Amino acid sequence: MPKVTFDTDLCKGCGLCVSACPKQILVIARDKINKKGHSPAEMTDQSKCIGCAFCATMCPDCVITVEK
Amino acid sequence: MAEKVLMKGNEAIAEAAIRAGCLHYFGYPITPQTELAAYMAKRMPKIEGGVFLQAESEIAAINMVYGVASTGKRVMTSSSSPGVSLKQEGISYIAGADLPALIVNVQRGGPGLGGIQPSQSDYFQATKGGGHGDYHLIVLTPASVQEMADLTGLAFDLADKYRMPAMLLADGTMGQMMEPVELPDSAPEMIAKPWAVTGTQMQRKHNIINSLYLVPEELEKTNFERYQRYAEVEKNEVRYEEYMMDDAEICVVAFGIAARVSRNAVVEARKQGIKAGLIRPITIWPFPKAAIAKAATHCKEIISVELSMGQMIEDIALASECKVPVTLCNRAGGMIPEPDQVFEAIKKAAGGNE
Amino acid sequence: MAVVFEKPKALTDAPLHYCPGCTHGIIHRLVAQAIDELGIEGKTIGVAPVGCAVMAYNYFSCDMVEAAHGRAPAVATGLKRSLPENIIFTYQGDGDLASIGMAETVHSATRNENITVIFVNNAIYGMTGGQMAPTSLPGQVTQTSPYGRDVTTAGFPIRICELLSTLDGPEYIARVAVNNVKNVKQAQKAIKKAFENQVNNRGFSLVEVISSCPTNWGMTPDAALKWIDEKMIPYYPLGVYKDRSAKEGE
Repeated sequence: MPKVTFDTDLCKGCGLCVSACPKQILVIARDKINKKGHSPAEMTDQSKCIGCAFCATMCPDCVITVEK
Repeated sequence: MAEKVLMKGNEAIAEAAIRAGCLHYFGYPITPQTELAAYMAKRMPKIEGGVFLQAESEIAAINMVYGVASTGKRVMTSSSSPGVSLKQEGISYIAGADLPALIVNVQRGGPGLGGIQPSQSDYFQATKGGGHGDYHLIVLTPASVQEMADLTGLAFDLADKYRMPAMLLADGTMGQMMEPVELPDSAPEMIAKPWAVTGTQMQRKHNIINSLYLVPEELEKTNFERYQRYAEVEKNEVRYEEYMMDDAEICVVAFGIAARVSRNAVVEARKQGIKAGLIRPITIWPFPKAAIAKAATHCKEIISVELSMGQMIEDIALASECKVPVTLCNRAGGMIPEPDQVFEAIKKAAGGNE
Repeated sequence: MAVVFEKPKALTDAPLHYCPGCTHGIIHRLVAQAIDELGIEGKTIGVAPVGCAVMAYNYFSCDMVEAAHGRAPAVATGLKRSLPENIIFTYQGDGDLASIGMAETVHSATRNENITVIFVNNAIYGMTGGQMAPTSLPGQVTQTSPYGRDVTTAGFPIRICELLSTLDGPEYIARVAVNNVKNVKQAQKAIKKAFENQVNNRGFSLVEVISSCPTNWGMTPDAALKWIDEKMIPYYPLGVYKDRSAKEGE
């Protein structure tokens, strides 16, 4: 199963990864706030991830690392 | 023994620069410094690693200089007054990034497009900054073809030593004049430049050449540090020549072609029993303040001879603390004062205070 | 388990200062990926512009020079003429490259200066707060075209790729976009080729990257990417405008 990790404190909550995800398993965690004061992106269901790295491809801030 | 050759002033600068290890020249055509660029165009392609590039503008030329200076190599550009105005942006960035480089200004009359005849009316621009922000250039003023060569080498050495741009401030007469000149035949020793961008080779942290500091405390610190270096330059690098100043009662101050004219006038004054002397600043930044201050203790008048409407006269007045009258003897717009005009000014000064 | 995607080595750890959703970050990453893949970080020197990317010198791990507004290609020319074995790139915005620095752009291209130019076109001046750019679209509302860009007084947008490809000098001119995964992958290829060309001494390579500015366009990051598809790309068609190596291969 692919592994996706977020360097959460770098996230600006722009949501480009959320729209890019073909499995729609990414969300902006509105209930959380990171060091920068943004609500960061997170994965809702790791088991559905196919490791396509579309999220990381569209992330402007190199928040996401994908392993497969 | 170094060879002695007959050369135009502009060509002497070019050859001296090459011998000082400057293998990169960028310029844009403008009268009356064209011989310099033409000489570089002929010589550089014949030298290993030599680069001559005619830039699309003065602005591009000075920024190419900025690029080469960033790599730590000796580099120069040359122009004349209107072109040097265009270069001011780049000069400010070079000063702000603490880079050594040589800018040659073979001055012509202004303002605006002005004319193509000799002038010294870029004194303020050269010595007071020229572009935006707090900075100085080391400004050297040759008064012979020999000095065109000697001061070129010195300008590169000083620029490297103090990590700041240097300017050779000549004029159309100096540029066009032919005189015998002895050129150095040995390459100077280059100092290490660990700050230069040459590629990290993955061996060190990246070097950054930059003048942007958005935090005002940091920017202030760079300004203070730079001015500490400038204070060293003012302490160590003032250069001037005195002629018959020991017992002088009238002091003439002039540089470049004006100094040559003034020297003749001083000789004539001495013949007629007037105790005149000459201070010839070779650096106008740093300005020979102490020599002027000393002259103010034993002279009754100081005459500033300039090819401008009176610019250096302000530095003389400051340095002499206005202890004695400071007067102007000048021509402008490309005209050069005759020795007679200077002699008359000396005579008037000598008589007026008796 | 193998890493499929991670931050390239040629980027430093400094957090990017760009606004949320600004695609400058993607373009930085693509440049760094190209540097990593070609193994050239140790000999690369980048030139940062004036504009939003002014602090790019903090983000790339290679040696960096900060240039005056629009002068990056002239500075890069100096760097390359001094160090012909090094790899020199500029990273410039539309105001920098297509307005104040137009002369430097055109002349470095016509000299076929062996440098790589990354041109970020987001149709606006971002850093100064959203003024009209040379590439702002007809009718586009900005701070200095509050009634929309009126082409009868402000002139038409400049298409840099089309303009430069009329010159005999340049080696490679291409326009890409970073508004979706497919386009980002295309952009990655073009940027890598622009660096490869320099490694192979082929000459001036420019990649125009259509980028977004959600903040100054007044849109969400997502809407900004759609606006690129709907408005920008029709005016600035993507593609390779000049490729001397491809022509030679024919």
